Amino acid sequence: MKYMLLMQFSAAGADFPSIDAWTPQEVQAHIAFMGEVNDKLTAAGEWVDAQGLGGPQQARIVRAGEGGAPVVTEGPFAETKEFLAGFWIVDCDSPERAVELAAYISTAPGPGGRPLNMPIEVHPVMSAPAQELDG
Amino acid sequence: MLARRFGDFATAEDAVQEALLAAATQWPTEGLPANPRGWLIQVGYRRMIELVRGEQARRRREDLVARRDPDDRQYAPAADEELTAERDDTLVLLMLCCHPALAPTSAVALTLRAVGGLSTAEIARAFLVPEATMAQRISRAKQRIRASGLPFRMPEEAERADRLASVRQVLYLVFTEGHTSTTGPDLRRIDLAVEAIRLTRALHALLPDDSESTGLLALMLLTEARGPARTGPSGELISLADQDRSRWDAAAIAEGTALVTQALPRGPIGPYQVQAAIAALHDEAPSTEQTDWPQILALYEVLERLVGSPVVALNRAVATAMVHGPAAGLAALDALADDPRLAGHHRLPAARAHLHEMAGDREQAIIDYRAAAARTSSLPEQRYLTMRAARLATERVDPS
Repeated sequence: MKYMLLMQFSAAGADFPSIDAWTPQEVQAHIAFMGEVNDKLTAAGEWVDAQGLGGPQQARIVRAGEGGAPVVTEGPFAETKEFLAGFWIVDCDSPERAVELAAYISTAPGPGGRPLNMPIEVHPVMSAPAQELDG
Repeated sequence: MLARRFGDFATAEDAVQEALLAAATQWPTEGLPANPRGWLIQVGYRRMIELVRGEQARRRREDLVARRDPDDRQYAPAADEELTAERDDTLVLLMLCCHPALAPTSAVALTLRAVGGLSTAEIARAFLVPEATMAQRISRAKQRIRASGLPFRMPEEAERADRLASVRQVLYLVFTEGHTSTTGPDLRRIDLAVEAIRLTRALHALLPDDSESTGLLALMLLTEARGPARTGPSGELISLADQDRSRWDAAAIAEGTALVTQALPRGPIGPYQVQAAIAALHDEAPSTEQTDWPQILALYEVLERLVGSPVVALNRAVATAMVHGPAAGLAALDALADDPRLAGHHRLPAARAHLHEMAGDREQAIIDYRAAAARTSSLPEQRYLTMRAARLATERVDPS
């Protein structure tokens, strides 16, 4: 089963300072941890994809306007409380394992080397039915 | 039939496809050949030989890489190795694949496929896209060439310089892609920078007197020479000033420097030669302090006159700071602040941060590094800029 793990940052609700206020050692430890996450997932045969996303300043909200022409709202989203910082897609055996992986990612170190315990959303990725549907 | 003779269906299929592509472009203008089937087999046969050769060269290259020997130059065809007709074909094919009617991403993919002899799967892996996506991109590029009715022959003399410029642009794009798409844990990926050097080497062998093509090859070699020192153990970026220069590839530097030295006086001068000359000055210097900055500044002035891009102006401002001090550099950057082509670009705040740091203005440097980090679309670069800001912020608190 595939799961998408979303790392949401909440500008208002975060109980830690943003990364650009950390010390170099703290930043380095955080980056090294993220690298280890990918290595571990790959070694376990569970890694499908992982990407970091550009910050809210680079993000855009797009809707189709008159005649399908794009109407773009540019960042930074002053009113936005949360933004998506990155995601993983993992292929693992059970929902419990997906939760376990999310909890592990959540322990990424922050200021003082303490775990951030940041929220990770776990979404099952929809797939084709494994067998024919009955009646 | 090609598959039978060579016993390799996939390659034969590609050869036939390319023969059909050649037919689709040649027959409407030059008329149907007397024996179309024979013609197709003949063209396909010739292409098959090229593909098989490319495949063999690639395998040899991979064996070499496996032995950690980065030297691929012995596999570029010697200038006198092949028949003139075949050599011309390669050049015509290059010009067709790099045609300005194609979007750059399509031209890059088609060039790697048809001239570089890479498989669709390999190209897909190199660009981190699914194989089906890449297959479609290549097939649409072929359709586009077919639809545009471009003939499979050498362009007219008047058009040739422009077409050759497109070829160089596409090859340079392949090269820079090799530096930007370095994420993902896939170790089987083709090194696009190495591939670009191989193709540019072939171009240089075909046109040894074309100074800009020589300049492009030199630029690639001189840039790639610094590759091993450019990143640290966990993939973090290391700035030019902090690189361990003993890890630079001395042989590549010697070759690149010789090429640009030979190209420059022959003229006409072009942007790749100037950039190669700048790279050579960096590569020859034992440290940032001992770099010939006045010469680099003069070359950036030449480059700015040649291309007039704001990114070049930005680099010139940094060189100005190295020669005349950070205040002069910052003044030059201020002149670029309103350029709409740099709006939202991370390079401007990054350069400003660097110069503020040089000038000892820590607070402003931190602000600009953070602004640059928020704007870059490269993860390693974002980490690098965040680290620079963090280091300055820590020094501010603890000046030990």
